[in-house]
Amino acid sequence: MHGRPRTAPKPEDSADSAAKAEKLRSLQSQFLSNHHNKIYTKEALEVNAKLLEINPEHYTAWNYRKLTVEHRLSESEPDPDSVKSILREELRVVESALKQNYKSYGAWHHRKWVLNKGHSSIDHEMGLLDRFQKVDPRNFHAWNYRRFVAALMNRSEVDELQYTTDMINTNFSNYSAWHNRSILLSNLLKTKVEGFFPKEKVLNEEYELVHQALFTDPDDQSGWFYHLWLLDQTVKADAPVLISSWPAHDSNLILSGDRCLDDCYLSAFNTFHSDSGKIPLILYFNQAVEGVNSSTISVESVFNTKGELSWKPLSTNNSETAQVWVTHLNYPEEKLHSSEAYPVEVRVGHSQGIISSSGFRYNQPSRFAFKVFVRSVEKDPAVHDGEMISWGDENFLLYEAPPQESNPLVSLDQLNIKDYHEQTSSMWRAETIANEIALFRELLSVISCKIGKLTLARLLVAHDTLLSPCAKKMVHSEEVIKLYSDLMKLDPPHFQYYKDEYSLVLLQQLTFSRESLLRYCFRHRDGASSFISNSICLRLNNLSLSRMGSIERLLWVQMLDLSHNELQSIEGLEAMQLLSCLNLSDNKLSSFTALGPLILLKSLKALDVSRNEIGLHSIDTTRYLCSSPLSHTEEIDWNRDEIVTGDVNLRNYWEAFLIFRGLHLTQLDIVGNAIADEKFKSFLVKIVPTLKWLDGGELH
Amino acid sequence: MSEDASSYPPIEPTNFDLIVVGTGLPGSVIAAAASANGKTVLHLDPNPFYGSHFASLPLHDLSAFLNPHFTPPPSAASDGDDHTPVTLIQRPLYSHVGISNHAPEEFTEEYSRKFNIDVCGPRVLFCADKSIDLMLRSGANQYMEFKSIEASFVYDESSRRLVSVPDSRAAIFKDKSLGLMEKNQLMRFFKLVQQHLAGDDGGVENSRISEEDLESPFVDFLTKMRLPPKIKSIILYAIAMADYDQEDTQICEDVLTTKDGVDSLALYNSSVGRFPNALGALVYPIYGQGELPQAFSRRAAVKGCIHVLRMPVIALLMDKCTEHYKGVRLSSGQDLFCNQLVLDPSFTVQLPLASSPRDPLRESLQVLGLRDVKRKVARGICITRSSLRPDSSNFLVVYPPRSLYPEQVTSIRALQIGSGLAVCPSGMFVLYFSTLCHDADKGKELLHAAIDALLMLPESGHPESNTTVQSDIAAEVKPTLLWKALYIQDLTMDQLESISYAPIPDGNLNYNDLLDETLKLFQKIYPNEDVFPDAVSPENPEDDYESSLDS
Repeated sequence: MHGRPRTAPKPEDSADSAAKAEKLRSLQSQFLSNHHNKIYTKEALEVNAKLLEINPEHYTAWNYRKLTVEHRLSESEPDPDSVKSILREELRVVESALKQNYKSYGAWHHRKWVLNKGHSSIDHEMGLLDRFQKVDPRNFHAWNYRRFVAALMNRSEVDELQYTTDMINTNFSNYSAWHNRSILLSNLLKTKVEGFFPKEKVLNEEYELVHQALFTDPDDQSGWFYHLWLLDQTVKADAPVLISSWPAHDSNLILSGDRCLDDCYLSAFNTFHSDSGKIPLILYFNQAVEGVNSSTISVESVFNTKGELSWKPLSTNNSETAQVWVTHLNYPEEKLHSSEAYPVEVRVGHSQGIISSSGFRYNQPSRFAFKVFVRSVEKDPAVHDGEMISWGDENFLLYEAPPQESNPLVSLDQLNIKDYHEQTSSMWRAETIANEIALFRELLSVISCKIGKLTLARLLVAHDTLLSPCAKKMVHSEEVIKLYSDLMKLDPPHFQYYKDEYSLVLLQQLTFSRESLLRYCFRHRDGASSFISNSICLRLNNLSLSRMGSIERLLWVQMLDLSHNELQSIEGLEAMQLLSCLNLSDNKLSSFTALGPLILLKSLKALDVSRNEIGLHSIDTTRYLCSSPLSHTEEIDWNRDEIVTGDVNLRNYWEAFLIFRGLHLTQLDIVGNAIADEKFKSFLVKIVPTLKWLDGGELH
Repeated sequence: MSEDASSYPPIEPTNFDLIVVGTGLPGSVIAAAASANGKTVLHLDPNPFYGSHFASLPLHDLSAFLNPHFTPPPSAASDGDDHTPVTLIQRPLYSHVGISNHAPEEFTEEYSRKFNIDVCGPRVLFCADKSIDLMLRSGANQYMEFKSIEASFVYDESSRRLVSVPDSRAAIFKDKSLGLMEKNQLMRFFKLVQQHLAGDDGGVENSRISEEDLESPFVDFLTKMRLPPKIKSIILYAIAMADYDQEDTQICEDVLTTKDGVDSLALYNSSVGRFPNALGALVYPIYGQGELPQAFSRRAAVKGCIHVLRMPVIALLMDKCTEHYKGVRLSSGQDLFCNQLVLDPSFTVQLPLASSPRDPLRESLQVLGLRDVKRKVARGICITRSSLRPDSSNFLVVYPPRSLYPEQVTSIRALQIGSGLAVCPSGMFVLYFSTLCHDADKGKELLHAAIDALLMLPESGHPESNTTVQSDIAAEVKPTLLWKALYIQDLTMDQLESISYAPIPDGNLNYNDLLDETLKLFQKIYPNEDVFPDAVSPENPEDDYESSLDS
């Protein structure tokens, strides 16, 4: 039961418990000897039952019972009555064990096991559950078992929903009841059972119900969690949708053998340099999908020589499901003329096959098109060899977009591709969210409530996201940023979560419009490096970001400065396939595992991870956040002999090895990390043969 | 009655530690407590039933009890040497009794037997109140069964409807009439009170209500907490059960302080959920409130108390030397002696005519001049054939002051009890009303207004056709009145200085104040005794989790 203080045992109690322990020990040894000798007699079963009634947590004892039941059933197969009585006896033992401890996993599991044998009166089970749930309406074991029994007896979900209503009416502080409600409603909504359609009407009623709980007692969290589920039901689009691509729709892409010159009359954002004769084509969906391949995506261009394109999921855990997919178009350089525009058209989802990880089909066929121009520039071998990139502030000048720059928003505003909320329910969504915002603002005007603030922040973000296609800016981002800043102070244990959310909102705000984004776009002063073809560097440094976001709007970025932030992870960065220079210095990255997304960035040439915390913590805490390196079966076709380890023990640098061996870096800065000693540096030089500069020093 | 009494065999023994006259709840508690302390106790009642002013009676008996015909006892003759008999007479507690029967054919003598109507209604017990504690301590609970009062409502002046009282977290959650912010405010207020009561600062500021606030009027504190008028009214009158209009300090005779208000909330709050099978804060005994004095009487009998019903006392026996009473004379003529005597409040002495000016007796039996305020309580009983609420049969209704009309300065409480509690034939409902008043007419006027607001009289002659018409307009049909009794009960009586009187039924909803007075009286009689000394400490009544599992 809840809220009962523990009392210190009295001396007479300890004598009692000693006697009890003695009895338990004797039963236990009897039972174990029976178990070892495979004695399945009635007497042995009785010993076992006594033991379990005292200590229902004895797993071995439950397993023994299962063995016994199997044994006895096999002996008495032809007689249905004796089968029944064997199973009835099991149910009785479980019931008395549950009376001893109604939260015993072993006992509940045994009951399920017996029921699966198919011999019990289900009505009796419901009666038992009613009794247990009356004693403790929040006992999640009973709720779990209830779902099991309800499924077994095909009880109507409407009835079960009513049961949760009753339980919530009795005491709304009940996570299990709310949770079961969300499960039942999800099913009822999905199958459009009578009375549960349209979805909007049902959700409105649910909002109404949960408001009663939230306003009556905002300190009780169970209702808030249900509200979170409702919000998710309100805003989430079930079907996957393409939200961004590179190249962007209607954009003019300039392919250049070298960097773009200042006099180019097309957008600098669209210039792309390639040595490899390949143009990446990136699809960014609103959720992880599978089934992206040459049959679901059609690409028409002169470059595509009928050969099927191979689409690759950008996933760090090697799954076939990913939010971002990439392929490469080959262009035969010699055949192209600089005066001509080569159109490319991409159609997504015109044939079935793209499915979200939750099983929804991509059902809004869409297309986008762009044109490719070729600028061939005389190659200057001196420049081509390049210089070392220097990230110092003095090297950057604010980028001034030339006035004649043609429609640059095309390349920045991903949403021109598709307004995926243009659906019949979008009005309802916006209204509902606005209504919720008004309610919680009112509540927060009289009380201070952490989870209320969090909910309001989430609502405001949802509101801005819903309205973003037609809005000029993120209306509420200032308010959201303030809410998260408050929460970081009010609720230190969850600081990191709030910080992450704060970072995402900040990034949304910064990247939302062309005007705001241009404030962070710089031109590298000498602009001479061979790495940078469009010469724009996005500098999101010194913003105290703890994670990266809004990447769907940044697919064009080739040079990114994220230094002097508080990044612990760079999750999502793998989508920035054009990235060639990345500055992650002065962050809080604590392991090479955290750099996992870099493995997928094949064009990365210059990386600065200096002054982080790599090697500082003996236990890699991000290991639990990031997927384990052992799941990277991709490209681990290495040969032990191939690795030149010298006197370095590869095992110590295993993670570094996995990250760097697939990259073709020419420049790496790693100084200021605990791991970066001379031994490690010499290891790096060996495993990254392309490296020219390490920590600012030129290698021979 | 006196004929019956004279045919009684004489009572043995003739000496008692304590004689209690009147089997009302206070008398029964005192008799039970004294018996439990090993005293020899005689418990007498002039009526043929237990409970006196706390009884539950069939309709005819109720009418007779409210309109008694006291035959003046023969003037007591002094026949002893050492004591003087002083004639005791009974006087009526009730006045302005008006009984109207709107369905004459219904209430045959036989049918009326099926009713158990409370004389001192409306009454309920709070699960955590003193009556429950006393029952558990004395063991009287084993003779009683209770059911929950399912809900509480207030009469809303603007909508002229009953709105539910959100008296607990679950009730606030379910409430349909409060706005979301009102729910929030109300719950926050409840939490504040709980924190205050828990006395747990927990380092949080303002978790306790300041001394200054505790002394101030509760209504001011509620205003300070910025509770809206609707919620204030609910807290004051439907939870703290204030009698008088708290908003108007001019008229208000009994300003509830914050401390008292908080205590009332505490009682309410600890009542909700004290017993797992009780839904809300309030319970009602099956077979009526009259079960309560009977249960204590049975407890007393177990401990050796002798009960004699239908036995009026006709005289006090006064010691000639000490001028203190030493016994009573029964209407059977028998003289019984006792060290202590507790009299039913309806008894008083008939003083001899002022022939002997310096009568020492007269001085010792001086009538106490009572407080100048003479409060009364107006009570009403209605019988209907349908419930005021379609979804509930046992519930409380409070009409806050000014909810019926502007001159209403007291709150009116009503209690509907259905046949499920065995107080009436099935399909019927009994409604009790009460309000405090100074003036019988004003009191009755209030009750009439309260009754008219919720019930209707059958149209003359055609009650049947009427109901069929109404059933078409289903939702808004007021129940039709079948039977009604209104009466005024005095709250104070002239009392004799040297005699202990059992307290009169008060105007409250529960017995808390009454039992306080009773226990005070017991302590006065037996200063060195515990009320129920050898009572087995009741096993924690909340802790029946095991038993409910086995059930």
